[in-house]
Amino acid sequence: MTKESPGLRESATFTRDVIAEIHRAAETGIYDIRGFGAKRVLPNFDDLLFLGASMSRYPLEGYRERCETDVVLGNRFAKNPLHLDIPITIAGMSFGSLSAQAKEALGRGASEVGTSTTTGDGGMTPEERGQSKHLVYQCLPSRYGMNPDDLRKADAIEVVLGQGAKPGGGGMLLGQKITDRVAKMRTLPKGIDQRSACRHPDWTGPDDLTIKIQELREITDWKVPVYIKIGASRTYFDTMLAVKSGADVIVLDGMQGGTAATQEVFIEHVGIPTLAAVPQAVEALNELGMHRNVQLIVSGGIRNGADVAKCMALGADAVSIGTAALIALGCNHPKWQTDYEEMGTAAGYYDDYQDGRDPAGISTQDPELAARLDPVVGGRKLANYLRVMTLEAQTLARACGKSHLHNLEPEDLVALTIEAAAMARVPLAGTNWIPGAK
Amino acid sequence: MDFDLKTVSVRDLNQALHDMDETTTGEVTVLNPDGCHALACGIDAPINVNIKGHAGYYCSGMNKQARVTIYGNVGVGVAENMMSGTVRVKGNASQSAGATAHGGILVIEGDAAARCGVSLKGADIVVKGSIGHMSAFMAQAGRIVVCGDAGADLGDSLYEARIYVKGKVASLGSDCVAKEMCNEHLAELKGLLEVAGADADPAAFTRYGSARELYNFKIDKSSAY
Repeated sequence: MTKESPGLRESATFTRDVIAEIHRAAETGIYDIRGFGAKRVLPNFDDLLFLGASMSRYPLEGYRERCETDVVLGNRFAKNPLHLDIPITIAGMSFGSLSAQAKEALGRGASEVGTSTTTGDGGMTPEERGQSKHLVYQCLPSRYGMNPDDLRKADAIEVVLGQGAKPGGGGMLLGQKITDRVAKMRTLPKGIDQRSACRHPDWTGPDDLTIKIQELREITDWKVPVYIKIGASRTYFDTMLAVKSGADVIVLDGMQGGTAATQEVFIEHVGIPTLAAVPQAVEALNELGMHRNVQLIVSGGIRNGADVAKCMALGADAVSIGTAALIALGCNHPKWQTDYEEMGTAAGYYDDYQDGRDPAGISTQDPELAARLDPVVGGRKLANYLRVMTLEAQTLARACGKSHLHNLEPEDLVALTIEAAAMARVPLAGTNWIPGAK
Repeated sequence: MDFDLKTVSVRDLNQALHDMDETTTGEVTVLNPDGCHALACGIDAPINVNIKGHAGYYCSGMNKQARVTIYGNVGVGVAENMMSGTVRVKGNASQSAGATAHGGILVIEGDAAARCGVSLKGADIVVKGSIGHMSAFMAQAGRIVVCGDAGADLGDSLYEARIYVKGKVASLGSDCVAKEMCNEHLAELKGLLEVAGADADPAAFTRYGSARELYNFKIDKSSAY
């Protein structure tokens, strides 16, 4: 009998993947740790549509009239805010979780199109700094590799409070990826399972964070912007407190955001969808009179220009991509199907970033695997992808009559589902009904 | 060179200190610090800085090369992420003293509060008094010397840092154990006490370190987390 045989009925509660997970847990005695991001079905940007212009709005000519894409990030306090050509940035991903080649490729691709990339939970590598025109330096709870020289080389500082894949959780890098170089950068013994703290070592709460940010600004002579990154959960309050703490920029990472290694139960059951989080953050910024003064970067499941445009219409100043950037470099590409099959997976399903055996040479520290990724070729692919996303976003913005991506607004959107209408706070298509609106 | 913080801002003080480099030597005196935050942070010059009074949070944060003395108490995170040099606190220190410091030495002549040496990455810390709870949490490298007592959960989730305590330890954190004091440890401790100017007998200390049982996840150890 096959699964299609009549008379077979699969349980909606104990589905095959649930059964497989129970078997796996019973065999190993450890929870599942994996990479990638949430795989469950969630309300997302596909549940929104743009209202293109017709009689009541003028569209812009697609190939003749300009639609600008630049963005300034961090002009609240910093002497040198970032001026990016496109509002699509590369999210923080560590050297350690990623190969040096992948980090270099991200820097090359981002620089080619005039946007920024970001370090991660392992410090700054020379490859990344050398190839990144705009590099954001993360200050994480672990402080691995943190030092004042790299801090001063950065174009912005991002204080990471949380991550969409695991708000309330710390970083994780399993022993197989702690090579000599990674161990040295993180001051850790080689081969151990590295489990980062979830709270910062030298501050607790927004009052302390205000002073911590003051210190970072003093050390860098108030030159570079300070971002605060939050995982989407109590987004309204966290945004308020981030502004109060002195952030120039808030990075909001929804639960579809990726991770290099996290417990499956954390990835799938903590946080809120990006779609639901953006309006909460924008509401907080508006109430404080800081919308557009403190810029909002949104990440977590951004895949294409439509997602970019919808995020910006909801009030974001820019977006950030992580998983999508790795896919652009070649992650989950069918050309590695044989390798994936040997690991019991397949192209399109591979999520064992924690394992360090990525056949695409991206989420690995194995020199032979990492050498499969040519940073120049990878950088070019990422640049192509970023250009496509930008063109797509421009296409949609022009259709709505906007001469700048920042001119997109919630009024340009409707929702396909009641859930998306309630979360995004835009009307259900064909109605003027926004569920929950006061 | 004197900076009176009644008339000069913290920004002006730090900028002047940042404008100094390898070729700069000499003394800088900071008057009327009055608990200001982020004093003398981010220095990278072989200078002496004397802060005449109490300092706030993150005093001498990320210090390189400088020898900083605080003639008073300090707030949270003194010498956090220090890379080299010396920071000496004549009074007491608040939480997270020497947090994540990579190099240099931090001497606290009084007591230090909770989380002293948290995530330490290679620096030395000598506390002539006692330290609070959760000190040396996840400390990765470096040495912590405590001439008084240590609070609860000392060295929880410790990596390769070494801890020497002369007095009582309220309790040890996960994976932290007492270890034998060999000659190399006695010599190491003697040197640290001398540098700090602490008058104590190395033989009276107990050494603590990681049992290394939690370095790689084992299901049978899951109750330790």
